[in-house]
Amino acid sequence: MAVTKNDVEYVAELARLSFNEEEKVELIGNMNVILGYIDKLNELDTDSVDITVNPYYVENKFREDIVEKSMPLKEVIDNSPQNLEEYIVVPKIIE
Amino acid sequence: MEFETVIGLEVHAELLTDTKIFCSCSTKFQGKANTQVCPVCLGLPGSLPHLNKKVLEYAIKTGLALNCDITKIGRMDRKNYFYADCPKNYQITQDELPICRNGYIDIELPDGKTKRIGIERIHIEEDAGKLLHTKAGTLVDFNRAGVPLIEIVSKPDIRSPYEATLYLQKLKSILFAIGVSDCKMEQGSLRCDGNVSIMPKGSTKFGTRCEMKNLNSFKALEKALNYEIVRHKEVIEEGGIIHQETRRWDEAEGKTYTMRSKEMANDYRYFPEGDLVTLNISDSWIEEIRKTIPELPYQKMERFIKEYKIPEYDAGILTMSLGMADFFEETAKLSKDPKAASNWLMGDISRLLNEDIADISSIKFKPEDLANLITLINSSKISNAIGKTVLEEMYRSGEKPEKVIEDKGLVQNSDEDEILAVVNRILDSNGESIQLYKSGRDRVTGFLIGLVMKETKGKANPKIVNKLMIQEIKKR
Amino acid sequence: MELYKKTAHEIKELIQNKEVKAKEVADTFIKRIKKNNEDLGVFLYVDEEGAKSKAEEVDLKVEKGEKLLGLSGVPIAIKDNINVSGMQNTCASKILSGYRAPYDATVIKNIKTADGVILGKVNLDEFAMGSTTENSGIQLTRNPWDKTKVPGGSSGGSAASVAAMMSPLSIGTDTGGSVRQPASLCGVVGLKPTYGRVSRYGVVAFGSTLDQVGTFARDVEDCALLTETLAGLDKNDFTTADKIVPNYKKSLTQDIRGKRIGIPKEYFGEGLNNDVRKAVDEAILVFKENGAEIIPCSLPLTDYALAAYYIISSAEASSNLARFDGIRYGYRSKEYTDSLGLYTNSRSEGFGKEVKRRIMLGTYVLSAGYYDAYYKKALKVRTLIKNDFLESFKNFDAILSPTSPTTAFNIGEKVNDILAMYLSDVYTVPVNIAGIPAISVPCGISQGLPIGLQLMGNYFDEDTLFNLAYSYEKSTRWHKITFEEGGR
Repeated sequence: MAVTKNDVEYVAELARLSFNEEEKVELIGNMNVILGYIDKLNELDTDSVDITVNPYYVENKFREDIVEKSMPLKEVIDNSPQNLEEYIVVPKIIE
Repeated sequence: MEFETVIGLEVHAELLTDTKIFCSCSTKFQGKANTQVCPVCLGLPGSLPHLNKKVLEYAIKTGLALNCDITKIGRMDRKNYFYADCPKNYQITQDELPICRNGYIDIELPDGKTKRIGIERIHIEEDAGKLLHTKAGTLVDFNRAGVPLIEIVSKPDIRSPYEATLYLQKLKSILFAIGVSDCKMEQGSLRCDGNVSIMPKGSTKFGTRCEMKNLNSFKALEKALNYEIVRHKEVIEEGGIIHQETRRWDEAEGKTYTMRSKEMANDYRYFPEGDLVTLNISDSWIEEIRKTIPELPYQKMERFIKEYKIPEYDAGILTMSLGMADFFEETAKLSKDPKAASNWLMGDISRLLNEDIADISSIKFKPEDLANLITLINSSKISNAIGKTVLEEMYRSGEKPEKVIEDKGLVQNSDEDEILAVVNRILDSNGESIQLYKSGRDRVTGFLIGLVMKETKGKANPKIVNKLMIQEIKKR
Repeated sequence: MELYKKTAHEIKELIQNKEVKAKEVADTFIKRIKKNNEDLGVFLYVDEEGAKSKAEEVDLKVEKGEKLLGLSGVPIAIKDNINVSGMQNTCASKILSGYRAPYDATVIKNIKTADGVILGKVNLDEFAMGSTTENSGIQLTRNPWDKTKVPGGSSGGSAASVAAMMSPLSIGTDTGGSVRQPASLCGVVGLKPTYGRVSRYGVVAFGSTLDQVGTFARDVEDCALLTETLAGLDKNDFTTADKIVPNYKKSLTQDIRGKRIGIPKEYFGEGLNNDVRKAVDEAILVFKENGAEIIPCSLPLTDYALAAYYIISSAEASSNLARFDGIRYGYRSKEYTDSLGLYTNSRSEGFGKEVKRRIMLGTYVLSAGYYDAYYKKALKVRTLIKNDFLESFKNFDAILSPTSPTTAFNIGEKVNDILAMYLSDVYTVPVNIAGIPAISVPCGISQGLPIGLQLMGNYFDEDTLFNLAYSYEKSTRWHKITFEEGGR
């Protein structure tokens, strides 16, 4: 499965990244090399194999429904790039 | 060309837990924006989610109440997309293994038939923050981010907007009855998205469907669906094609519009959430949860009809609120006259409550008091008409019926001699009415009985008055 | 011997015996950092005030006769992708410039509770993606043994800080070898614990199912001490295991008689530098002499681990790094007219090249139509690799291999050859896929550059690793040779 310029542009939009033409060409090359290497996984027959998500199996971890103190507003706002009092501001979104 | 409508509903309900789904921030909003957040629900670097057990419990409870199979081995997944109200730019949800599957709700159609609407799946997920659009920009408040939601997806079994409202109505009453959500559509704790498509009548292949968001009332649901159906018909009849898209219902304009932002690449790239672990739901936990499910409103209604032999209409009204249903049942049991209990609650008591915009929970008297009132009437101590007066006083002051009757001297008079005397006195002074009666106008006795009742201040036993009036007028 | 040359356990004893004050210790290392950091580029931030203040607290405790806990005033350096409250947490990226951590990672809480003295934050490959620390968006870190060489990565700063004796201990993160490989290239001990042994809460996520916090030290005893401090069940990290943390000190014996060590042929094939091979072969003899049984074996799935690793790690990274969007914290571009622009420009300007490349790869392998072929496939291969190791551990107590196919290479040498760069992880990556623990210990020097050997163990069997590594150490002198004597 060769990666094309369309693929790169589609994926870049999904990932909210932008590249100039030169970078796109390089990316196509990089991705194809890596994906070519990754292709070797097809040598393995995994039809009847289950997936492993957590490398060490743990089940049923839960938290009790008990309220704990939230973060002070100041700490939220201190790290935010733009705020209007207690709100974080982003460019106007049209829905 | 004749068309058939196919509708599916996706309902999101905010769960009534004390804390959010993945962190211990409170779900009860009190103060300013962004004051109920923490590294987890704000998506700060390095934070990890902690699944709230109660959320899972409520989801299983909902599944059981909706006749679903509970998924024994499951997990959480990530749904990846960028949006300003989404702190991590992915939502932790369930994609492949939802906690509940294959349930149903039965709805009662107007023609009396029952229709089964299938439920495809129920899963748990986190809510996003709130956006406030202003001229200065969009303001983001993450207090709501992480609030637990269940998403209930129906099968496309609904065939009309009216059926859709019946489905939603029943779903709402069940969710409310089991206590998992307060189901307030106007406040957003119950949200409904509708999927609608049309196909030629008799066809088995569904048409292209459109999804509608922002339906925040039953009215909006019905109107929006109707609008869409008409729109689809018009497009198809003009030879066009329906595009699969998400549309927003504009209440003011009465139309649906394409939602631009959500149309962008919806490639959510679902994959398992590696920060959380496998869910292995035991049979014993499921049974424990099942035991916490109260009798549901529709089950109560069916039982009332069977057990108390009251009409379906009455049962329906009485089971609309748990408070009302309980009051009825208690009264019915104590008075042994369910029909009377029903009549009082649906009639005078509901009227009084409505006037005061009050709930039955605030009523000043108890079911045993109402039962006593009914017994007093049934044993002819007072008439039904007097009973109404007594009830009003009970409602206002909370006094027991016996005391009201005593204080106001309302005990019914069943002394036949006394009544006979009054009857004859009335007849003596109403010769014209006697003439009318003799000429065949039977109904004039009603007027005369009324006069007797007035004379006795309503205390005369109406049955006896009636008997004696007819007896005496015949003699004249 | 100068104070800065002492190991953590030696320093601990000196402080506990009131032979030296914790403040003096902190001062010594801070002085050393100030002297050498410009040259080596190890530290991104030094918390002089905080370190001295904590050291003074420890001294007060000693004065009062209070018992000192685990780390007892020993200084430690923290990789700058682990949250220390009030400090920067750049992850060596422009996109987190200005960010102040509002909370402590669990491991940091443990360190503070154990009276550890945090010196500051050290350099890494941006978001822990890389094998040389050259991907740092902030500065270059040089290998203390030879300043023209890389220190390895992604925890290059952590490894170098210990190797350069700027700190007796440090912590890093290991997703595909990022603790073991730099430990090997810098001649120090580096452990990646079992997945689930140490909490990831507060550690900026790269690969959620691969990351573990790892420990760097000058010798095995120190490594065991630090690991014990960090390990344990954490309610804030659901992937941590409910297993008690052993007293690792008990494993620090020279007795390894009867221990079975597997030597997998796949790790000794083509691509392995001759000097490295020689050093590791010699090390194997030492184990044999000490009574271990050396058994050749095969791990046939080794080759596929790297492929599975690149799919799983980049897929998870693409999702974990989505939160860096210029909205709630970090760098926000000055150029944007709408939200889409804000996201795209902030991320494109804020992230470095390698990070963007991995996000692209990760997004691609998860995208519609490719999920089954790539991500799901990789998770199935993970099952096979896990089973491969589980089978092996029925017959072996540990598996031995070189940590890295080569010694440290030149700065700038591999930056443009990504496949070559990725292939240098080939010996370390299978461990992360399976989630088993592994340790790297110095076992030789080639042309003034350290060589490391890797021991892989069964789940939660760090004990065996410490035992074998300690025994090897006691029979050799490699861990005692610092860059001052052995380097260029």
